[in-house]
Amino acid sequence: MIKKLLKSIREYKKDTFLAPFFMILEVLMEVFIPLLLARLIDEGINKQDMFAIIKVGVELIFIAFLALTFGRLSGKFAAKASSGFAKNLRKDMYTKIQDYSFYNIDRFSTSSIVTRLTTDVINVQQAYMMIIRIAVRSPLTLIFAFFMAFFINHKIAIIFMVAAPILLTSLIIISRVAHPIFRRVFNTYDKLNTVVQENVRGVRIVKSFVTEEKEIKKFNNVSNSIYKDFTKAEAILALNNPIMQMTVYTCLTLIAWFGSHFIVLNTLTVGEFTSLISYTMQILMSLMMLSMIFVMITLALESAKRIAEILDEIPDLQNPENPIFEVKDGSIEFNNVSFSYFKDVNKLALKNINLKINSGETVGIIGGTGSAKTTMVQLIPRLYDVTEGNLKIGNIDVRNYDIRTLRNAVSMVLQKNELFSGTIKENLRWGNEKATDEELIKVCKYAQADEFISKFPEGYDTYIEQGGTNVSGGQKQRLCIARALLKKPKILILDDSTSAVDTKTESLIRKAFSEELPETTKIIIAQRISSVQECDKIIVLDNGSITGVGTHEELLRTNEIYKDVYESQMKGGDESGK
Amino acid sequence: MENSRKIDPKTLKRIFGYILKNYKIQFILVIFCVLFSSSGTVASSLFLQNLIDDYVMPMLGQTNPSFAPLLRALGFMVCIFAVAVISAYIYNRLMSKIGQGTLRDIRNEMFEKMQYLPIKYFDTHSHGDIMSHYTNDIDTLREMISRGVPQMVSLSLTLILTFLAMIKTSIHLTILVVFLLFIIINVSKSITRKSGKYFVKQQESIAKVNGYVEEMINGQKVVKVFCREDESIEAFNRLNDELCNDSTEANKYANILMPTLANLGNLQYVLIGIVGGFLAINGVGGLTIGAIVSFLNLSKSFSMPISQISQQVNLIIMALAGAKRIFTLIDEKEEEDNGYVTLVNAEIKDGKIVETDHYTGKWAWKHPHSDGSLEYVELKGHIELSNVDFSYDGKKTVLHDISLYAKPGQKIAFVGATGAGKTTITNLINRFYDIEDGKIRYDGININKIKKDDLRKSLGMVLQDVNLFTGSIKENIKYGKPDATDEEVIEAAKLANVHNFIMMLPDEYNTQIDGNGGSLSQGQKQLLSIARAALNNPPVMILDEATSSIDTRTERIVQEGMDKLMEGRTVFVIAHRLSTVRNSKAIMVLENGRIIERGDHEALIAQKGQYYQLYTGNFELE
Repeated sequence: MIKKLLKSIREYKKDTFLAPFFMILEVLMEVFIPLLLARLIDEGINKQDMFAIIKVGVELIFIAFLALTFGRLSGKFAAKASSGFAKNLRKDMYTKIQDYSFYNIDRFSTSSIVTRLTTDVINVQQAYMMIIRIAVRSPLTLIFAFFMAFFINHKIAIIFMVAAPILLTSLIIISRVAHPIFRRVFNTYDKLNTVVQENVRGVRIVKSFVTEEKEIKKFNNVSNSIYKDFTKAEAILALNNPIMQMTVYTCLTLIAWFGSHFIVLNTLTVGEFTSLISYTMQILMSLMMLSMIFVMITLALESAKRIAEILDEIPDLQNPENPIFEVKDGSIEFNNVSFSYFKDVNKLALKNINLKINSGETVGIIGGTGSAKTTMVQLIPRLYDVTEGNLKIGNIDVRNYDIRTLRNAVSMVLQKNELFSGTIKENLRWGNEKATDEELIKVCKYAQADEFISKFPEGYDTYIEQGGTNVSGGQKQRLCIARALLKKPKILILDDSTSAVDTKTESLIRKAFSEELPETTKIIIAQRISSVQECDKIIVLDNGSITGVGTHEELLRTNEIYKDVYESQMKGGDESGK
Repeated sequence: MENSRKIDPKTLKRIFGYILKNYKIQFILVIFCVLFSSSGTVASSLFLQNLIDDYVMPMLGQTNPSFAPLLRALGFMVCIFAVAVISAYIYNRLMSKIGQGTLRDIRNEMFEKMQYLPIKYFDTHSHGDIMSHYTNDIDTLREMISRGVPQMVSLSLTLILTFLAMIKTSIHLTILVVFLLFIIINVSKSITRKSGKYFVKQQESIAKVNGYVEEMINGQKVVKVFCREDESIEAFNRLNDELCNDSTEANKYANILMPTLANLGNLQYVLIGIVGGFLAINGVGGLTIGAIVSFLNLSKSFSMPISQISQQVNLIIMALAGAKRIFTLIDEKEEEDNGYVTLVNAEIKDGKIVETDHYTGKWAWKHPHSDGSLEYVELKGHIELSNVDFSYDGKKTVLHDISLYAKPGQKIAFVGATGAGKTTITNLINRFYDIEDGKIRYDGININKIKKDDLRKSLGMVLQDVNLFTGSIKENIKYGKPDATDEEVIEAAKLANVHNFIMMLPDEYNTQIDGNGGSLSQGQKQLLSIARAALNNPPVMILDEATSSIDTRTERIVQEGMDKLMEGRTVFVIAHRLSTVRNSKAIMVLENGRIIERGDHEALIAQKGQYYQLYTGNFELE
């Protein structure tokens, strides 16, 4: 998993190596500083030798300056390496997601993909920077300082040898114990967010049922459990600081005791004594840092895992080896097609579909919610692969086409229409990047959208807000149809795409289709019988199976379900146009 | 710090107000413990001075030195250290309690406050923004309170104590340190300012990437259908590169801060050594070698907190900005309610309405008059709007001169294009918004006099967007009436035609659903919301586009449930499908905030006006 992620470092390898390299140099300089300070005291201050003080002082300033330069360089490269790594991770994930089929997309929720691309990557970025800086720095400081202390007085150095592992172990134990509680807290946080989200979204329900107090109680409960868990986890973490202090003080006391003896015995100078104390602090601080990094890395591992899931997902639709780059015509043939969203023959959404549609025909599909209308048409542009049987377009199995060629030939207006933030023109040009303005106006006229677009003060340059919130449902649907028409498809699929359009406009759209696009195969999924009544062929779907195929009149005579739907709509009389 | 002009003292004061309100004693205790724990640090520095001058130096040259005084001194130090360690533990524990407790208090107050904000607040603030108060803003505040506050207290105490100790050791050297301090502060200020600037930029770039990803991933299926993958990647890369740049700059400055401060500290060390040595050699200020050594240590303890504080400054500024947003929410004006007419259980004795304390199936408005007398008016569901004008912003009038009435049990429908004002009218009846001019009367009482809670309890609502809550089906049905019995729940479910469906679920009425309704279809969710409204048995119902997202076959089932629900009630119905409104007592056709046609179905058809156009499908509703 880690290996997979590290592949994204690429062009930032240089920075990744330079950051710790300069860090090592900085640490080396820093380690010399206490030694020089000892000399400053011993040779200068103690001997009251002003010349020595200045000489050592200049050396010290020089070294501090070097340490500063190296430190800044290391910081710069680390920032560059980690930000670059994060950028590449995001890029790789995003590119990968573009390869996902519908099947893959369904497996991740939008919000989870978004968090993975942002929060999780930031966590990994932070941890990565920590690793190439602090995780190099701390052990190095530890080793060098230890070595220097040993060099000054190996007997006193034994104190560190005992204290260091004790401190490190206890710090790690503490974070190990606290970590699962923290994880629980974050789960509870999700719960809290759910309560707030549902509350805000359902504020009209809350107010009209007068359940404010109930909501407050619900919130306070979750809020309280966060409080309890958090204080529990922090109570454990509260041991960190005192343990650290205790170690520092113990070391100090012991060094003071033994150090005095050695000074008296003349085996240790006063200057060496102070530098020993500096090394004590350096060693213990590095240990503290190490335990912090340990916590951070465990947290980042969770994020790394979630990122790897995105990168590891295998797109389940691949281009064939020798793809065909031309779709001959718009004929469609379903041969014994069965389909399951879970690739499981026991959970079929579509069962044994056999159907032949000739090029240029207009076909209507009718059926209740859950009857698999959408499922069936999504197989045509190969948004999903059939589980059993085969599906042919222009007499060739869809799996043999180049996917891009196929999807450009099969234009589909999805039930969940999406417009993107940008002008109307930009949105329409999704269908064809190179379309001229005349072509845009032409398809908009077919889709009966030109009229309302022209009425906007800025016409085709009107800016569409994210999600298309500034146009009405009917307008949005017509824009989506125009966008699909711009592809000049061999097959056009409208998945319940005119539900918000009034019946008169809808019939104008249908008229434009039959007059202007006679060659194109048109498949229309609809709720209203009136939308499909005049189709060459109407397919009635129920629970994943075809129960009837025929014209309106035939089906009224032969198909119970169709008759049922027709009558339910006639009773209201609203859409019959009588 | 110098940066304090960016720190809003009012917000800071308010946060401390929360801390002191509930945790005064603990907080004082924390300060004492921090004091003890910091004095350990100072004591250890001072001790090192004494160690060399008072204990080690006298022993030098002695043939048989006695370590007994040193041992005693060490024993004393161990006691001080022990106190310091114990206080450190105590204040860490206490502070987590205070910090988390304060956060809980703020969080709870914010949510509670939010419950009583007018609908307008929710209509004018994006849900994402509201949510971020509970996530981002609280998070940064948590960082500050549970880490920043104790650290600040401890650091400033260490600072003061060290400073005092430094003065005591050598005034001359202290002056030098203070001088150097100004340099250090200025350097760190300029670095934090730069990194702060880029962190803000980074935040903005993250938001941009976030927005783009959200929009594109939401429409990912459209991207696939149109083969726009390459373009989508290209646009993403542009934003991504920008983010990378800002992030590099921000982190660069942040990374530079630590080595800069550390080495400035080293420089300070050297200067003290040189100046101290010079002073000692020339005998100025009576400096001893031990004093210099301990001063060097003190100067380290002095510059360390300063560099730590400067690292915290950005965090604190961010946290205060978050806190300010939270307080803005808390300070929002609550929904006003001057109503004094309340809804009570009632029964009729000898033709007179009498208030009772138990459920009778009958209710009455309890209307106290200014002369002290009480009047009981039976709750019937008679609603009357006369000459109502309304505007959302006080400028653009969206409803003009609306007059209509609904007698108990009548069904009144609103028809018209999006934005014509259908939903607005219903928002006025339950007082989500208040009218600008005119009057609305409920059973003859001006609704401004009725307590809002009681008014709303008497009005049931079924909306197009079904909002369910995480929990079991049963809990959802009894959402508005938590003390309902299981029998009542089942009865309501049967009325809404949803009982059979519930019985097919794995855990029947105890099946858990989440807020989105999870695996339930739109129709099933709508049926549940009808059952939920039915359980409360309100005399007046508002149905706003309740069936428009359901296919016609399912609609028939829902419609049956709805018809049963509407029986015997006053109903206001807004519908997209005209079949739903056909059998209404009166249909109001709205256009641009005015009623342009009214009458029953036959009359409106005969009129051959707008309704006729709509009905025959020659006019688009949305």
